[in-house]
Amino acid sequence: MTDALLAGELPLPPRPDYLHHGSSVWSWLSTTDHKRIAILYAVTITIFFFLGGAAITAVRLELFQPNGWLMTSDSYNKLFSFHGIIMVWFFLVPSIPNTFGNFLLPLMIGAPDVAFPRLNLFSWYLTIAAGAFTVYALVAGGVDTGWTFYTPYSSMFSNTHVFAAAAGVFVVGFASIATGVNFIATTHMLRAPGMTWFRLPLFVWAIYATSLIMVLATPVLAISLLLVIAERVFGLPIFDPARGGDPILFQHLFWFYSHPAVYIMVLPAMGVVSEIIPCFARRRIFGYDFMVYAMLAIAGIGFFVWGHHMFVSGQSPLASLVFSFLSFIIAVPSAIKVFNWTASLYRGQISFESPMLYALGFVGLFTTGGLSGLFLASIPVDVHVTDTYFVVAHFHYIMVGGSVSAFFAGMHFWWPKVTGRRYPESWAKFAAILMYAGFNMTFLPQFFAGYLGMPRRYHTYPAEFQIYNVMSSAGAAVLAVAYLLPLGYLTWSLFYGGKAARNPWGATGLEWTTSSPPPPKNFDWQPRVDRAPYDYHTEGMSAGTDPPEMQNARETQ
Amino acid sequence: MNTLFSLPEASTHAVTVDHIFYLLLALSGATVALVFGLILLFAVRYRRGSKAKRGPMPEILSREFEIGWTLATLLTFAFLFWWASSADLSSLAAPPHALEIHVVAKQWMWKTQHANGAREINALHVPLHKPVHLLMSSQDVIHSFFVPAFRVKQDVVPGRDTDIWFEASKTGTFPLLCAEYCGTNHSAMRGEIVVMRPEDYANWLTRQPEGDDLVHEGARLFVSQGCSGCHAASSNVHAPRLAGLYGRAVQLADGRTVTADDAYLRDSILQSKRDVVAGFEPIMPSFKGLLDDGEIQSLTAFIRSLGEEPPND
Repeated sequence: MTDALLAGELPLPPRPDYLHHGSSVWSWLSTTDHKRIAILYAVTITIFFFLGGAAITAVRLELFQPNGWLMTSDSYNKLFSFHGIIMVWFFLVPSIPNTFGNFLLPLMIGAPDVAFPRLNLFSWYLTIAAGAFTVYALVAGGVDTGWTFYTPYSSMFSNTHVFAAAAGVFVVGFASIATGVNFIATTHMLRAPGMTWFRLPLFVWAIYATSLIMVLATPVLAISLLLVIAERVFGLPIFDPARGGDPILFQHLFWFYSHPAVYIMVLPAMGVVSEIIPCFARRRIFGYDFMVYAMLAIAGIGFFVWGHHMFVSGQSPLASLVFSFLSFIIAVPSAIKVFNWTASLYRGQISFESPMLYALGFVGLFTTGGLSGLFLASIPVDVHVTDTYFVVAHFHYIMVGGSVSAFFAGMHFWWPKVTGRRYPESWAKFAAILMYAGFNMTFLPQFFAGYLGMPRRYHTYPAEFQIYNVMSSAGAAVLAVAYLLPLGYLTWSLFYGGKAARNPWGATGLEWTTSSPPPPKNFDWQPRVDRAPYDYHTEGMSAGTDPPEMQNARETQ
Repeated sequence: MNTLFSLPEASTHAVTVDHIFYLLLALSGATVALVFGLILLFAVRYRRGSKAKRGPMPEILSREFEIGWTLATLLTFAFLFWWASSADLSSLAAPPHALEIHVVAKQWMWKTQHANGAREINALHVPLHKPVHLLMSSQDVIHSFFVPAFRVKQDVVPGRDTDIWFEASKTGTFPLLCAEYCGTNHSAMRGEIVVMRPEDYANWLTRQPEGDDLVHEGARLFVSQGCSGCHAASSNVHAPRLAGLYGRAVQLADGRTVTADDAYLRDSILQSKRDVVAGFEPIMPSFKGLLDDGEIQSLTAFIRSLGEEPPND
């Protein structure tokens, strides 16, 4: 570890941790402490997660029967649209970056806060304002365009609250941009002495790559939504073909943002898992530099694959070929990452606490989801399965199986640091296993339904598909329980959990060198860094060659 | 879609798609087995406190492995791309003598019209073993023509013509679905494709009430909408002649050269000021709002017929 750790053993005058540094509501709503803002975000996105989850519960309930038995087609369309909009922009995009990113980025690089603390708070208020627009759209009667807002349906035909929903997404985009700018500046400017670029933990690299995408791609989302509003509200001819517009233009703009947005959602998850696997395998991450380059490659190439969403839109065959090729290429860095996580287990001292179970679940589900992506990169197969449940299964494997598993992995890994409390480990393990099982029960049948031709966004469907939908809905019930469990036992731990030690997992990384929970300015001294991350053993050795007190750090704490 | 785990391969294209699909499935299965197998193996063998050998890492690990599996995945993916794309390229253009059928999509129905004018709603009868070329347009939002048994799908977009072709290889009735979300009754926008033996198809076709075929309907519109006032050979208004126009390169007033295809004709009718032919005044009025998509298809078919041999009926 660092000299700072040694220094930390010296007695210091008592001072409150960040949670007790002011306890009024106002002290939270006006805070510029990145850790408190992370908590604000965590509470906010948890509410949105369960809102979006409630919507999809109703959808899955409806799909038990092929001909609709609970609601009208309009209600169904509004529910899946609300689910998509909330889950993408109000949960997945901010999930890991704005909670763990906010909390950990300064701690991991040894900084007292982010570069622009007030901008950080402002971006949370933007998220709240945006959420108000979107929830208003639901309360006022809903929006039925799907999360994709395809024109000309959204701009000329839908009679629902497109304006409010689009305004919500437009505003939350600026929260993303503000956060991205903040994280980029923080990573560049505030690294502790000795924290060189190639000593950064992979989580920091992941947040950095994500921030680059946020800053470069999100403005295009703002532009495309603004154009929808311009046509819908002011009647400007942009997408209306009868007046010289082009409805396909919207798809190009939208996917130019929304494909990179997939990487906004999954890169941070990769970062989380890259912290957890080395810790519980007691191994250095395999191929650190390849992991960094792979993330940067994903962030870069991610901007040039959007056309694979449009193979059946009527775009030119040449464009389709180019996009197909690049879509295969972007799978290479993802494959490298999977191989490296696997190789990091080799000759480890592996233990299976709940964060590790969630992280291994991530690797399994991400691998499955990523491989199904190869089918979608192949033009003839994509033509058959695009806009079917095959695609629904594919992106849920990546974004729910992958990102949400990683979110829970991170939640359990850093919970002692964030709250200073320990949670009941056996409940956590049970929830992790249940989540993995429930997820596969829900989404594996959808690959079959999709290949057999069940289109997505279908309120009623041919009766042949009922068996798959019943399996899927039953799995969703299991998944719902698995998502509710942590809400229960983690809340319980806030009140009754035992006090957590400074470094309960025996992990490397500066965030573990300060107290749990950390003081308001993170460190009582200036951290200094003199070695690479994941220093779980001497270079060139495998796990178990360290002194026993280091190996068994968690038992002795 | 008559059995639980299989989907009929009812077109020549379906076989090609399924071959690629099965190869990808095998490859994915192998990769999943490898990754899950290694994770399980390591998890058991290197569980905390196990007696498995650890100690110094073998020299060869790390860089050689990284470069090895990077190259291996790259080559595999390049091969997959090549294979899938060559299948795609060979199925791009419809064969020249394919049976041409027009499709108009609207919220929430499919309207199809055969070459002899016979019309159907939410249904399409096609002959077995004969390439069928669909020319499609939408009257409102984007729809998508999806026949799972044929493994074909194509968005149907307002304001432009898209096309798709297939050759049915099995008789029977197969579902037609709308695959692009198009509003309230999107999921009810379904129909069926009936594949018949060619002689049955011919019989079926003759039993249908004869509408005007597209060319004759177009010829009628050409007069009734006043096009002939300027574009007929006998007219003394200075307007481009249309005989032999289709498929030719046209020099425009602003120096561009375009090919007179369906899209160009549609644009010229609806946005007559956009692509003015060199040497002519921009005097043609726009027919936007006066003609629906079906009528534009008919006019286009008529103009096309002027440049071809006379129809042999």
